[in-house]
Amino acid sequence: MIKAEWFYWLVGLSFLVMAAQMVTDRSNPKRLGTGAFWGLIGAGFIYSSWVVTKQAPAEPLGGAVLVMACLAGFGFTGRGAPRTTSAEQRAASAAKLGNRLFIPALTIPVVAMACAIGVKYLSFGGEPVLEEGSETILGLGIGAIVALVVGMIILREKRISVPVQSGRSMLEAVGWAMLLPQMLATLGAIFQVSGVGDEVGKLTAALLPKDSLYVAVVVYCVGMFAFTMIMGNAFAAFPVMTAAVGWPVLVGHFDGNAPAVLALGMLAGFCGTLVTPMAANYNIVPAALLELKDQYGPIKAQLPTAGALLGCNIVIMALFAF
Amino acid sequence: MIVLLGVLVVVIGFATKRNPLLVVGVAGIATGLLGGLSPGKVLAAFGNGFAGSRAVTIFAITLPVIGLLERYGLQEQARHLIARFARLTTGRFLALYLGLRQIGAAVGLTQVFGHAQTVRPLAVPMAEGAAERKYGQLPHRTREKIRSFSASADNVGLFFGEDVFLAVGSILLITGFVNTTYGTHLEPLQLALWAIPTAVCAFVIHGWRLLRLDRQLERELLTAHVHDTAVAEATK
Repeated sequence: MIKAEWFYWLVGLSFLVMAAQMVTDRSNPKRLGTGAFWGLIGAGFIYSSWVVTKQAPAEPLGGAVLVMACLAGFGFTGRGAPRTTSAEQRAASAAKLGNRLFIPALTIPVVAMACAIGVKYLSFGGEPVLEEGSETILGLGIGAIVALVVGMIILREKRISVPVQSGRSMLEAVGWAMLLPQMLATLGAIFQVSGVGDEVGKLTAALLPKDSLYVAVVVYCVGMFAFTMIMGNAFAAFPVMTAAVGWPVLVGHFDGNAPAVLALGMLAGFCGTLVTPMAANYNIVPAALLELKDQYGPIKAQLPTAGALLGCNIVIMALFAF
Repeated sequence: MIVLLGVLVVVIGFATKRNPLLVVGVAGIATGLLGGLSPGKVLAAFGNGFAGSRAVTIFAITLPVIGLLERYGLQEQARHLIARFARLTTGRFLALYLGLRQIGAAVGLTQVFGHAQTVRPLAVPMAEGAAERKYGQLPHRTREKIRSFSASADNVGLFFGEDVFLAVGSILLITGFVNTTYGTHLEPLQLALWAIPTAVCAFVIHGWRLLRLDRQLERELLTAHVHDTAVAEATK
């Protein structure tokens, strides 16, 4: 069986190799801090395997995470001059290779798709080929590796250091934003165990008028929206708002159609995800990946859509759920 | 009540534009301590959080192959290809991408598209290529705008497509939470059906905004060119 942990080790290992390259890259004025940051992430990826199975203490990893946050947060990381081709070389190469260039790029989604809908059901010697529940992650990982092999063959590139260097340049371009989604997931967990959700639930319950259906619908949807913005994740907001308003008031008191109320509540939360920097993997990381000057560019592009869709969810719920 | 100060730390931190990693770190430590966790427990929470959420960073595995292809002119070829489809404007292309992303997510293929593996190497060069064919060299501001809208097409498509799919995390979270907490028997299918109206609204609203992007680009680029020539004259 191919396990998800193997891929985490592979990712960790490639971060470690890239970190070693970063340390020796004299074109990067902050090469030591940058190397330390990515080295810690890489080591953390591998060490995490034992934290997940509770065979190793989580505290040292937690300390390392805070060190990474400080390295990046106080400006100890930077980027070197990428070693790449010139615009003319790329144009010439594109003209020569033509649409063959797309084959490796399309290999990733094709393999991911095959794993998600096909290989998922294959088993070998009574064991599933891919670890259960991790098929899409494994699909992405296998897709990336197959694509790399296909790409090196098509491009007749023999040096494995070339893709590793290119990948490193992109990592340096994304920079600290790479760690933010994981930090935010952590923050959500800490909020949960510290009882932030309960407090917000109590507040909402105390402030909500008991007799108006439409006010309650608006409070549930806008609450999901606002709380998702703060937490960066509709999944974290959902239990809180549903326990406070969705279930007791909308389903219990006003006798709403439970699937409709809950599904639309979650979707109202997704509107919040579109407009918050806390949803870093959707909003901040792409801004870094696309090399935008304005890290809030995607949020600005999504803001009107998010507002309109929040309105749609409220209207659909008010009209059809009761 | 006092644990809500952690939420306040986040809001203030982002409002004053501190580095997000530091904001989140400080907010996590503050909330944990105020909520009665020992310093050791707070550290463990950070460690467990990192270990449990590695999946969000796994897209990094695609970067070497994407980087390799870009070195050999992938973006240039994507631009070149789209330039041949004369009727495909930036807005129309992105609306098409939005639809594909939604359908993909709706049948459970949430990892098939994505910012690292599709938007950067393919969607952005194609969207920019369509505009370049019409207006020539694009000013930096326009490039930012097209890229922001490309990112938005991926996000909107993913969010409002995936809930139509039964086995997706959010649907399972809803049924899991409600069925265990309130002792009901909601089926994922019932919830997925109620995600369809919003999915249609999302496609219509965001698709319309993407189509309108064409007109905005036209307006912006015509004035930008006038402005550019004026600047060029002035600096001669």
